[in-house]
Amino acid sequence: MTREKLLLIGNGMAGVRTIEEILDRDAERYDITIIGEENYTNYNRIMLSNVLQNKNTIEEIITNPASWYEEHRIELVHHDPAVSLDAESRKVRTQSGIEISFDKCILATGSRSFILPVEGSNLEGVLGFRTIDDTLNMLKTAKSYRKAAVIGGGLLGLEAAKGLVDQGMDVTVVHLEKWLMETQLNEMAGKLLKADLEQQGLKFLMEKKTSRILGDTRVTGLEFSDGSILEADMVIMTVGIRPETALARQAGLAVNRGIVVNDWMETSASGIYAVGECAEHQGKVYGLVAPLFEQGKVLADVLTGCETAPYGGSTTYTSLKVSGCDLFSAGEIKEADGVKSIEAYDGLANSYKKLFIKDNRVVGIVLYGDISEENRYFKLLKQKQDISAFTSVSVLPAGGGCCGGAAADDVTQWADDETVCGCNGVTKGTVLQAIRDKDLKSVAEVTKATKAGGSCGKCKGMIGDLLTYVLGDKVATAPTGICGCTDLSGDEIVLQIHERGLTTTDEVYGQLGFRNREGCPKCRPAINFYLNVAFPKEHEDEPASRFVNERLHANIQNNGTFSVIPRMRGGQTTPQQLMQIARVAEKYEVPLVKVTGSQRIGLYGVKKEDLPNMWEELDMTSASAYAKAVRSVKTCVGAAFCRFGTQDSMGLGIKLEERYEFIDTPHKFKMGVSACPRSCAETGVKDFGVIGVENGFQIYIGGNGGTEVQEGQLLTTVETEQEVIDICGAFLQYYRETGIYAERTAPWLKRMGFDHVKSVLLSAEQRAELLKRLDEAVEGKRNNPWRQVVEDPKLQKDLYAVIRG
Amino acid sequence: MPKTKVYVARQEELLPRIGYSVVCGERKIAVFRLSDGRIKALENVSPYRQGPLAEGTVSGEYVYCPLYDWKISLLDGQVQEPDHGTVATFETLLEDGKVYVWV
Repeated sequence: MTREKLLLIGNGMAGVRTIEEILDRDAERYDITIIGEENYTNYNRIMLSNVLQNKNTIEEIITNPASWYEEHRIELVHHDPAVSLDAESRKVRTQSGIEISFDKCILATGSRSFILPVEGSNLEGVLGFRTIDDTLNMLKTAKSYRKAAVIGGGLLGLEAAKGLVDQGMDVTVVHLEKWLMETQLNEMAGKLLKADLEQQGLKFLMEKKTSRILGDTRVTGLEFSDGSILEADMVIMTVGIRPETALARQAGLAVNRGIVVNDWMETSASGIYAVGECAEHQGKVYGLVAPLFEQGKVLADVLTGCETAPYGGSTTYTSLKVSGCDLFSAGEIKEADGVKSIEAYDGLANSYKKLFIKDNRVVGIVLYGDISEENRYFKLLKQKQDISAFTSVSVLPAGGGCCGGAAADDVTQWADDETVCGCNGVTKGTVLQAIRDKDLKSVAEVTKATKAGGSCGKCKGMIGDLLTYVLGDKVATAPTGICGCTDLSGDEIVLQIHERGLTTTDEVYGQLGFRNREGCPKCRPAINFYLNVAFPKEHEDEPASRFVNERLHANIQNNGTFSVIPRMRGGQTTPQQLMQIARVAEKYEVPLVKVTGSQRIGLYGVKKEDLPNMWEELDMTSASAYAKAVRSVKTCVGAAFCRFGTQDSMGLGIKLEERYEFIDTPHKFKMGVSACPRSCAETGVKDFGVIGVENGFQIYIGGNGGTEVQEGQLLTTVETEQEVIDICGAFLQYYRETGIYAERTAPWLKRMGFDHVKSVLLSAEQRAELLKRLDEAVEGKRNNPWRQVVEDPKLQKDLYAVIRG
Repeated sequence: MPKTKVYVARQEELLPRIGYSVVCGERKIAVFRLSDGRIKALENVSPYRQGPLAEGTVSGEYVYCPLYDWKISLLDGQVQEPDHGTVATFETLLEDGKVYVWV
């Protein structure tokens, strides 16, 4: 029996995906031919932004190489668009004159960038952002020109603009509306997004209408309707896309905005179908990827004679592929009749959430900053779940076990045919089957086998959950809460502490539904710390929640004895101190006296009950060598004695230590001051490192020694010691407020984004605010703990006494 | 060998969820007051590398060894999975607000 001839016009994501689905169902049914206009095999168009932002290469975004076509005996008519279609005689002719006949035909011609019909739009240097060639053209232009204008502040425009900034260009986004991404975001979220993008180096001209593109042969600038002018060497048009319908029109098919299809993806001509961005279903044309795949599945069923439910339209969502700007938007996001909203804004975390509710059902979602709950909300929306049982406080924030809201977010409870990866249309069932059949152990392996998680990556958490579900603890990395007592992350707990005004650990454990009502050694110190930072006055530090080192202010050693390490500010000491240390060490028969890694002298092997007496006799302050707090400041000898030293490193080190000692931080906080770029104090691997130069001080932040060595990044250069001290304080407080307990500054900086932290610390206004909050928070709390113990007999008895029976 | 009643402290002197070290001859004992007021006593030695349990974090009816986080029941001294072993327990007595351990 001869096989039917299937012709696909369009070698893009929707069409080829449909062919893949057909091959999955029945690989023997058709002789397949694909006509492609571009000179590339099938690629993932939504990843072009990543190519422009240096995150991927062209090779990495090719989804089906030439070998795939060969393997499936698909004839590819390459780089040769179809120019005429005869629905009656079932023939298509290409530009080069090839004639192809078919039994069934799929139109997947996609869409094109909409180029504004203004004067000058045909000048050299005016580009769309749609194809690999567009992208390569932009990359090439960025090498020889400096100024770019992007017309259109939607998803694509912003991704393009960020990419061009990453290529070193000076980029201005021109937008007609009051705020960015106005169809997906409301004003509040749009403005937060703009502020974040400005910090990443983008410039904006809002409410500007382009009236003319200037230039003779090549673009030189834009003229706006108000008469103002913007210079530009390149103009990217990202004002929208238009379905490509020329071929369908010529063939006489019904076309409105797109090629009209019914619920089976069939056009007005029998045997001719359309999928993807060129198709119009129930008045809607989709420009996002998930609907294309949903349509492709229905069509594949139709073409292979499988029973299928009709295509009923898609619920779409949007997220932006620009690091540091997390946003999520779905559904109806305009206030209208009967649509009410719940909203939460956390200025501290710069996060904004708004849910639109109609008839007790979520109909729209806008999240900015903290998008950790996008899946939960999106499920509520898609499943049209009745939320009347939830109060607004329980539906909006992170769902603890208490309110039942978390269930919808639990991918393990989903039906097998629900989509986990929207970008690639991969269902939960497919992921599970791949994990089981192919013995997969990591998210990366799942991505390789199923494509899930390979595009925007937002589903990686769910893939991790599915791996854990199948494999238990054999998964390399399973994303969970801060410890086994809860599924909440550190960030989520902090958010809840602020939103609900929780001031004691007991309240946190009770209200956030911890499985273990008294916590464990991992979460108890963390929550105690978060409460100290959030409510410094109201929250009383809880010794029972402190790890032994911080409860007793001495490090526990492996034989149950302790170490005593007195403070020597800036690594400086005196003969009197040395004699004092020697006398005490001798009197208490200290087994080991050692110079520590941080320029202090440690006495090791001390019995718990001896600690208070030794401290009293030493009469020195604690070096906090056991604490998640500001430690000591390492210094070189500096200008006082060194022939290379340009600055008084010891003096500045001592000032920093005096100013910030005894302040709690999410993890230990180490500092160093070197007097010259030889950096003898190794300030490049300090949380806060200073290098003296001829005319001032370079400040490095986020350097970490220890298990994960990380070099510090240059924050800025300042002229005076006072500026160094102020920036240090602001940095400390910002880290205190946003750091996750036990997270060192390097991962914190990576998580927050260096550019963001930099802009906060270098803003005089924000710096002053942070310093003010730091002073308020630590006022009255910054005591030398040893002195407190020495002066308080009850404390000695409560914590240090050994009872003799 | 008959046991002796060893006085530890007045009940209110023991802070909840803080361990107390008691030395009685050769024996090292850790005494704990739980959040609900119950008083429990264990040998002050974790089976793994002899960590002093009195310095550990107390949560509910368990103490976590301060050196290696082994979780040990304060009720019967049983080490919880994935670790294993048992720590000796001691009976306690509350009399006129005074806490005693039978050693």
